Amino acid sequence: MMTIREYRRVESLEEAWELNQKKPNRVIGGMLWLKMGHGRVGTAIDLSGLGLNQIEEKEDRFEIGAMVTLRDLELHAGLEAYTDGAVRESVRHIVGVQFRNLATVGGSIFGRFGFSDVLTMFLAMKTEVELYKGGIVPLETFAREGAGRDILVKVIVHKENADLCYQSVRNTKTDFPVLTCATAREEDGSYRIAIGARPARAVLMSVSAQFVEELQKQNADLAQAISEKVRAEIVTDSNLRGSAQYRRHLAGVLVRRAVERLE
Amino acid sequence: MQITFVLNGRKVSEEIEPDMLLIDLVRRMGCYSVKRGCETSNCGLCTVFLDEKPVLSCSVLAVRVDGRTVTTLEGLQEEAEEFGAFIADQGAEQCGFCNPGFIMNALALFRENEFPSEEEIKEYLAGNLCRCSGYEGQLRGILAFLDWKKNKQQEKKPVQGEEKRKK
Amino acid sequence: MKREGNLIVNHAVRKKDAMQLVTGQPVYMDDLAPQNCLIVKLLRSPYANAIVQEVNTTSAMRVPGIEVIYTWRDIDQNGRRYTQAGQTYPEASPYDRLIIDRHVRFIGDVVAIVAGKDEACVDKALRMIKVKYEVLEPVLDFHTAKDNPVLVHPEENWESLCPVGADNKRNLCAHAESSDGDIDAVLADCDIVIDRVYHTKACQQTMMETFRTYCSIDPYGRLNVFSSTQIVFHCRRILANALHIPKSKIRVSKPRIGGGFGAKQTSVCEVYPAFVTWMTKKPSKIIYTRQESMTASTPRHEMEMHVRLGATKDGIVRGIDLYTLSNTGAYGEHGPTTVGLSGHKSIPLYGKVEAFRFVNDVVYTNRMSSGAYRGYGATQGLFAVESAVNELAQRLNMDPFEIREKNIVKEGDVMPAYYGQVNTSCALDRCLKKVREMVDWDHKKMVRDMGNGKVRAVGIGMAMQGSGIGSVDVGSATIKVNDDGFYTLAIGAADMGTGCDTILAQIAAEVLECPIDDITVCGADTDFSPYDSGSYASSTTYITGKAVEKCALQIRDQICKLGAKKLGCAPEDVSFDGKWVYVENEDEGAETTADTEEKSARAAEDMVRKVSLVDLATASMCGNDIALEATVTNSSQLSPPPFMVGAAEVEVDLETGEVEVIDYVGVVDCGTPINPNLARVQAEGGILQGIGMALTENITYTKRGQVLENSLMQYKIPTRADIGRIRVAFESSYESEGPFGAKSIGEVVINTPLPAIADAVCRAVGKRFYELPITPEQIATAVIE
Repeated sequence: MMTIREYRRVESLEEAWELNQKKPNRVIGGMLWLKMGHGRVGTAIDLSGLGLNQIEEKEDRFEIGAMVTLRDLELHAGLEAYTDGAVRESVRHIVGVQFRNLATVGGSIFGRFGFSDVLTMFLAMKTEVELYKGGIVPLETFAREGAGRDILVKVIVHKENADLCYQSVRNTKTDFPVLTCATAREEDGSYRIAIGARPARAVLMSVSAQFVEELQKQNADLAQAISEKVRAEIVTDSNLRGSAQYRRHLAGVLVRRAVERLE
Repeated sequence: MQITFVLNGRKVSEEIEPDMLLIDLVRRMGCYSVKRGCETSNCGLCTVFLDEKPVLSCSVLAVRVDGRTVTTLEGLQEEAEEFGAFIADQGAEQCGFCNPGFIMNALALFRENEFPSEEEIKEYLAGNLCRCSGYEGQLRGILAFLDWKKNKQQEKKPVQGEEKRKK
Repeated sequence: MKREGNLIVNHAVRKKDAMQLVTGQPVYMDDLAPQNCLIVKLLRSPYANAIVQEVNTTSAMRVPGIEVIYTWRDIDQNGRRYTQAGQTYPEASPYDRLIIDRHVRFIGDVVAIVAGKDEACVDKALRMIKVKYEVLEPVLDFHTAKDNPVLVHPEENWESLCPVGADNKRNLCAHAESSDGDIDAVLADCDIVIDRVYHTKACQQTMMETFRTYCSIDPYGRLNVFSSTQIVFHCRRILANALHIPKSKIRVSKPRIGGGFGAKQTSVCEVYPAFVTWMTKKPSKIIYTRQESMTASTPRHEMEMHVRLGATKDGIVRGIDLYTLSNTGAYGEHGPTTVGLSGHKSIPLYGKVEAFRFVNDVVYTNRMSSGAYRGYGATQGLFAVESAVNELAQRLNMDPFEIREKNIVKEGDVMPAYYGQVNTSCALDRCLKKVREMVDWDHKKMVRDMGNGKVRAVGIGMAMQGSGIGSVDVGSATIKVNDDGFYTLAIGAADMGTGCDTILAQIAAEVLECPIDDITVCGADTDFSPYDSGSYASSTTYITGKAVEKCALQIRDQICKLGAKKLGCAPEDVSFDGKWVYVENEDEGAETTADTEEKSARAAEDMVRKVSLVDLATASMCGNDIALEATVTNSSQLSPPPFMVGAAEVEVDLETGEVEVIDYVGVVDCGTPINPNLARVQAEGGILQGIGMALTENITYTKRGQVLENSLMQYKIPTRADIGRIRVAFESSYESEGPFGAKSIGEVVINTPLPAIADAVCRAVGKRFYELPITPEQIATAVIE
């Protein structure tokens, strides 16, 4: 079990940022993954007192504070309506209600875990993250590059006229996913497809409107064609839950199903 | 460090280490119903309410409950008995080790959703592992409890209706 | 004792401890141990095979709060070895352990014992111990273990206590052969022979409460061991052997147990705090982490079974030839005994077999030691034999129910592969019929396309087990009459959540004609309980239950004896109706027709000729020389098998390979279910464990021999979201040797899901699987191929 020398419930983001510049110090989210490690934390930085536990729905976007729990996401009526249930679907398999009442959006996103359903889901939406020092950064960039010792303040989802769906394959219903797949069909017919648990962290693959148009002109099976494209391009690997080959196969299956549903 | 919180309806102050977990704190304070079944936040045995929401006490830093409200099964004895009797009537309590966490979370479910469907029950309680019962007896117990509760409510209603008619 | 219309037996009474458990009362070991005892933890080997050269504990000992650190130097390496297996004389498991052995034999073997005032200091000390290992080549593949030049137990003080074919110089923990008839000739003459190899893994019992023990020294200087164990008496012997101290110096008792399933039939953790407390004379406790419980415990034996099953073209099974290779891991706990069940509790299901042969090897490897897990080898063997029969049915294009109806063992049959015993009670035929009905086989035998890439299919499997170990297991009961006429029932069997305290009380109450609340149950404690082998091998209801029945009959006699004395007549002239001892034979004509209640009423009217149990209980404590206490011990030459048939309906996503058991039907013949509720929950729980073994509970290792599924995050037991329905029914035979016709239920129920699910998946995807668990990836891959 990890040890913690000091605990600080910070009163400002500046205080959090300053504390976080020291190497042994860590920002704590839901603590679920952190506590399983054996590391020694100097100061545990708690953002609980900063009011970051709100989901604000605005006309053009959702602003989701870093301390919002996965259960909050699951139960949010606005997100449910906007994503046609995809957000709920992306989190409801994660261990259990008691777990999701603790796990935070910030923790899930900042950790950039390979298995993250949440990261996969948000990648498929037009999402940005707000970093205290780094400002607003597209989630895709953040997912690729991380943010060092900066502080994740909120996640911003811009509303667009897109249809969404979320799927995952799991060996048991509440296990880590073998593969995750979030798909968005944009207004112009293009697709944004996020594949996670490869088992490396989720990546975003785009299918342009032109590509889709070309296929439609040829009267091709769109779902099949996109599925094959993803299958060919996706990079997968093996772990306890499945082989690289199986994951590649699943990527094809899930993408085809997603496009069939959304097209 | 010193924290003050409400445990089972009583305001308490405790001296704790910064890395102490809530499960260890409440057990130290005599709430032995709270059990540890794993180190990976998977089993649900340690479920307590934190400000009325069910959480895994194995994954909450004790210091974080400062100023908040914690409820364990010790603080819900009447409800535990009322609902637990239906589990007992199925023999589904079995070894009993997962019971406190399971019963806590079931009570949380009933508070959020008074008459959940079977699917809703399964989904809400998915994070409560049990190795003895195969879950089927627990489900029977829950459904019997909900039936009883529904009947109790319906019994009350006609009585009120009758009174109205009498008036 | 058989009576029409039992009042308490065969009724679904609440478990006696139920309300305590559902309200979360402190009844388990760690709720009851004092908070200030020493915390004991173990330093474990990171190598699968190594010799510990040096252990430097100097800086670790300096950590404030550390009481003591023990290493191999504190243990006589030439002393007599011991086994942790809880088994009756003659112990079949080899004596192959030392408390700390210089030679560590699996990743997780004990290198040092650390005790200190709290967890933090012990954790710190553990990190500071420096160990130098001479790393040796391990034996990891159990196929190559036998006669491998690398020996897991090369030591000279290794000991096998009885002839089980063990030879440590060949890595053999046991070897046995048994047969009946000329199997080679029969198979040669068969129209068809199914010849397959099946593999099952070292699955974990995964009881919710991990291994744990508290030890202290009592006022007499004896070692008191308070442990979550199924086997208090065996545990006493094991500790005496390990510590080399007299058994009279040890007392073992148990609190409520948070699940066992066989895991706690082995003294996995007791020796460490026992050693600390015995040496320091200070109280100590050990609580295994989940990780320790998953990596250094006592899981099911991994087995590979080669089945050759021969039949006529009409589907009559004529011969079964089974070779089982069992992996006992680094130590031999339950190795020689589990393997036997893989054949002796699978082959006898087929009553028309003309010949069988069953050969087995149990080998040592440098993996975690295996042990007892519900089903105990039968689970593995039944997966193999039942799968072979399912394949036979498919090859012959026969209905899997019908092929079994043609072959199954019947009541009265002699079972050559079941130690030549007669099948004294058997409703297997009715179980088959009932399952067929309940699962709606006639409409579901064809694979159904659900239209969304998913298909549904049904598969079946049968099972048997034993009821205790014939001529070996011993159960006892002591019943005492107390003030007010309530009874104390003392037992040495261990209720691990199964409800045996309650069902044994039901048996006593039925005989004593009293409410179940008038029977208090206490157990198990080596100082106070009458001897019992312990709760394992499906023995408690059948063996201990019979002891309770006999004991209750005896205490009735004692009550009558004292009553007769008080009434001034001969004991044979009085009767007892649960409340009153009264004089019989006053009116013989009326007597023969009067039922008990009338008699009681009549006795109540007759103030002169009766005496109440309450008065007798009071009288027994004043100037009395007739003991109102009795102890009866029971053993049985027979081990009447309970039977079961199970059917699984699975839904398979043919593309992703995801599979879900949407309906499982199990019909059990356990004889009379003493408590139908508890029997049902036993069955449901066992079935789900079997489902886990078939589909989700995987065990894999690193190249170095480390188990990867070392937590509940990686070892996936089914959650309630993973299953559809489990439906259980009973078709009871009546076992006249058992209490009120009962046999056993605890183990048989885990067995059927393995072959049933494997067959259902095969029907769904068109490929047969010979290794468990069957994962989504394997299914998806099979469909693509």
